Amino acid sequence: MATVTVSKKACSVNPLKMSQPIGGALAFMGLRGAMPLLHGSQGCTSFGLVLFTRHFKEAIPMQTTAMSEVATVLGGYENVEQAVLNIYNRTKPEIIGICSTGVTETKGDDVDGYIKLIREKNAAVAHLPIVYVSTPDFKDAFQDGWEKTVTRIVETMVEAPKSAARRDPTKVNVLPGCHLTPGDLDELRTIIEDFGLEPTFLPDLAGSLDGHIPDDFTPTTIGGVGVEEISMMGQAGWTIAIGAQMQRAAEAMEKKTGVPFRMFERLCGLEANDALMAFLTDISGRPAPMKYRRQRGQLVDAMLDGHFHIGGRKLAVGAEPDLLNEIGGLLTEMGAQLLVAVTTTQSPVLERLPTEEVLIGDLEDLENLAKAKDCDLMVTHSHGRQAASRLKIPFFRMGIPMFDRLGGGHQLMVGYRGGRDLIFDISNLLMADHDENHEPTPDSWRDGVGSSHAATSH
Amino acid sequence: MSSLSATIQDVFNEPGCGKNANKSEAERKKGCTKQLQPGGAAGGCAFDGAKIALQPLTDVAHLVHGPIACEGNSWDNRGAKSSGSNLWRTGFTTDINETDVVFGGEKRLFKSIREIIEKYDPPAIFVYQTCVPAMIGDDIDAVCKAAREKFNKPVIPINSPGFVGPKNLGNKLAGEALLQHVIGTEEPEYTTPYDLNIIGEYNLSGELWQVKPLLDELGIRIMACISGDGKYKEVASSHRAKAAMMVCSKAMINVARKMEERYGIPFFEGSFYGIEDSSDSLREIARMLIERGAPAELMDRTEALIAREEAKAWAAIAKYKPRFEGKKVLLITGGVKSWSVVAALQEAGLELVGTSVKKSTKEDKERIKELMGQDAHMIEDMTPREMYKMLKDARADIMLSGGRSQFIALKASMPWLDINQERHHAYMGYVGMVKLVEEIDKALYNPVWAQVRKPAPWEKSGDNWQSRAMAQAEAEAAALAADPVKAEEVRRAKKICNCKSVELGVIEDAILANHLSTVEGVRDATNASGGCGACAVRIEEILEQMVSASHAIAAE
Repeated sequence: MATVTVSKKACSVNPLKMSQPIGGALAFMGLRGAMPLLHGSQGCTSFGLVLFTRHFKEAIPMQTTAMSEVATVLGGYENVEQAVLNIYNRTKPEIIGICSTGVTETKGDDVDGYIKLIREKNAAVAHLPIVYVSTPDFKDAFQDGWEKTVTRIVETMVEAPKSAARRDPTKVNVLPGCHLTPGDLDELRTIIEDFGLEPTFLPDLAGSLDGHIPDDFTPTTIGGVGVEEISMMGQAGWTIAIGAQMQRAAEAMEKKTGVPFRMFERLCGLEANDALMAFLTDISGRPAPMKYRRQRGQLVDAMLDGHFHIGGRKLAVGAEPDLLNEIGGLLTEMGAQLLVAVTTTQSPVLERLPTEEVLIGDLEDLENLAKAKDCDLMVTHSHGRQAASRLKIPFFRMGIPMFDRLGGGHQLMVGYRGGRDLIFDISNLLMADHDENHEPTPDSWRDGVGSSHAATSH
Repeated sequence: MSSLSATIQDVFNEPGCGKNANKSEAERKKGCTKQLQPGGAAGGCAFDGAKIALQPLTDVAHLVHGPIACEGNSWDNRGAKSSGSNLWRTGFTTDINETDVVFGGEKRLFKSIREIIEKYDPPAIFVYQTCVPAMIGDDIDAVCKAAREKFNKPVIPINSPGFVGPKNLGNKLAGEALLQHVIGTEEPEYTTPYDLNIIGEYNLSGELWQVKPLLDELGIRIMACISGDGKYKEVASSHRAKAAMMVCSKAMINVARKMEERYGIPFFEGSFYGIEDSSDSLREIARMLIERGAPAELMDRTEALIAREEAKAWAAIAKYKPRFEGKKVLLITGGVKSWSVVAALQEAGLELVGTSVKKSTKEDKERIKELMGQDAHMIEDMTPREMYKMLKDARADIMLSGGRSQFIALKASMPWLDINQERHHAYMGYVGMVKLVEEIDKALYNPVWAQVRKPAPWEKSGDNWQSRAMAQAEAEAAALAADPVKAEEVRRAKKICNCKSVELGVIEDAILANHLSTVEGVRDATNASGGCGACAVRIEEILEQMVSASHAIAAE
């Protein structure tokens, strides 16, 4: 059981956290033909756009209501209307997703009211799906923006089935948290399909931000889950929610459509995937295909081979709650100690983390604590690079943003195979670090302390 | 102390700014508040612009007062390089929460300044205002003043919240903050007749270091670079320099001009992109320093250095020229550097098929025209689809642009090179030019293009998405060609003024109906160019065309 504390500093140094409007915008990016629109100053969008472009190495659809100082004070109706009409005329989207920002929330714009009025005044957009989510920057974090947006999409776009008889037991809804990559979603899709089930992902970043070459040039998202498919999610037999952040969306789905849900707080590691296999076997009535039996063996073997390197590691992780839970959990299960855990926002998983204390803080906290506790492996997003290089400890990048490495969108964590590869990647990093920085010398043992790092096995 | 709105007014009145020169008094007062188009804008905000301009000051703690978005989504993402302190790469933000929004964030800001001084003890702290604290009335000027007195350390307010305007305005507001609070507040340890300020250079990818050895060799001291690899004390004492070079066309013209006004430091606008530009700039620096008292022999040494460096660079480039023969470049830059890059590419023997001048000022465009001759194909607001079509038509062999538009080229399997802020290579001076040519060659002749253009085994030749897209585009064009009425409709529907959403046809009709001959006349009649004024150039072109057309008719 961990205690959760909040940093007492006035000044956040080297932020770990990103804002919730762009978390919301990313959720909209998992919808086909979507244009996420931030209701705020143009910088609110521009910063998010650059961040995602650098992470995914893809063109990112994202627009702004371009609020000026005067418009902000007078209220943003005209800007929202103009933005919606301009987007409609220029890009012909299938859906516009609007997230508010700190600027417009401070004034208190009634965007739902605006949308109603815009529809009344402009016949062209009267039936265009427009979803609005309130996501002020001065509250919560990226993960919360994603959570609120998915919940809102479920509440407003999923249709309640007319009768229970129309439910299709082979259809499964999947509500993934924002800690899963497009690569994770593809892996999960394959697994679920291998059980003869037909999954619908909401949001489906694998369709839009996996790097594929689109069939046609479009300024909106180039794939993802369609509006039509979302509306039919109420006919599925089950909902699989991944990460505690998806609890609310799964509950909203159940409340609205009666589709029961199963929460997987983790999908990385042996037990989590055993639970997934058991669940899929259960709901599909099919035994786990042979390939997963082999893959399970491979993961077990990877854990055995990797534990030499990971066992005993003093781990410092900076990540949003669900990602922290996944990676902290996996490495702890292989003998690492989660000595430093820094996160961005409150979550029920935090107090269940295998560590004494979880701090809602920043990367300065992560760096200082890692130094104080003599940690020898840091896991966080790319912004940890300065801290890790100052501490001279191996640094494994996970989470958004990952702007200084390729393949962030394909980093795999879920499934037996995802866990296996992740263990190899981290173990290889540790072996390389050992070879480069911790080879024994005649003086290694002179102080009687010995090499402070796990030995390489031969 | 002047208010933010007064400062903005002052910036709008900048006589050196081409855009302002086109505007009437009343239009200038309105400033850029109407410039941004909801749902159609993609640029950064004024805060972004201010931070871009100042963040390369390496030993300063840059503290962003606002919610997490402003710093948390964007910190440590600039390609500027430092030869010393890395404090500028540390992200500091007050990360204000709901309580601060209700009760005010000034206390948190003051405490934050104290924490930074206690932990990092920088020579100065820059405090950036953002939209939310500006709305709730946090007075950062007062907090900075109190902190300055309490901690006896420069704490500089940078008043440029995002919603006051675009990135460009932020650049200038940052300059105003330097003029008001930093420049001239300290004295240099010594001065020489060779002291030069470089203004508007950010040392992206360390490009300033491609030129610095040349200046070192000539004995010219960069007294202060504003702001690439700059240090607080250097900027604070930069008022003792003898001359200044303004590098990035318009970003900090107010700093250069006002330093001339206040401290008598003459400046010129130059570029180190391209061989001839580099030589011209070195000559101009030498000339100015000599005028301000440096020995005349500096010019001889400068000429000798130029001759040597040019010969070396031309020799290095010469071997690429045959490889570049007939190769066409599509240049799309988001910024004001278009004209300097154009010159550089032409020196390498490449042909330009178009250059975007979206954010360039009138003078920039004139320069591009001058350099490229009358055939300059100005690309205003090219849509991604048009860009893509242009590449696919093989009218361009390679596209050079900023990071955001790269995917259009890459998805079309076309060579692409980054020439904006995020780029990894430095292209300044003589060596930089050679580097750029080398990179273009590497991109053009990479065998990967042949690989990625191969059809998948399940694709019939000529039935892939590329050819389908092209066929569609051609069908659209053919339909237009066959239907003159529709073609005319499309031509007339071209948006000329984005701010006021005025189409070409409306402007033409107004000119004909009212016998207009000036931009002002068109503005009064149609409201076009009544916003940011950037389209005034386009309207002038329309006027020119229509006048010459009517003369032609009259002559018949």
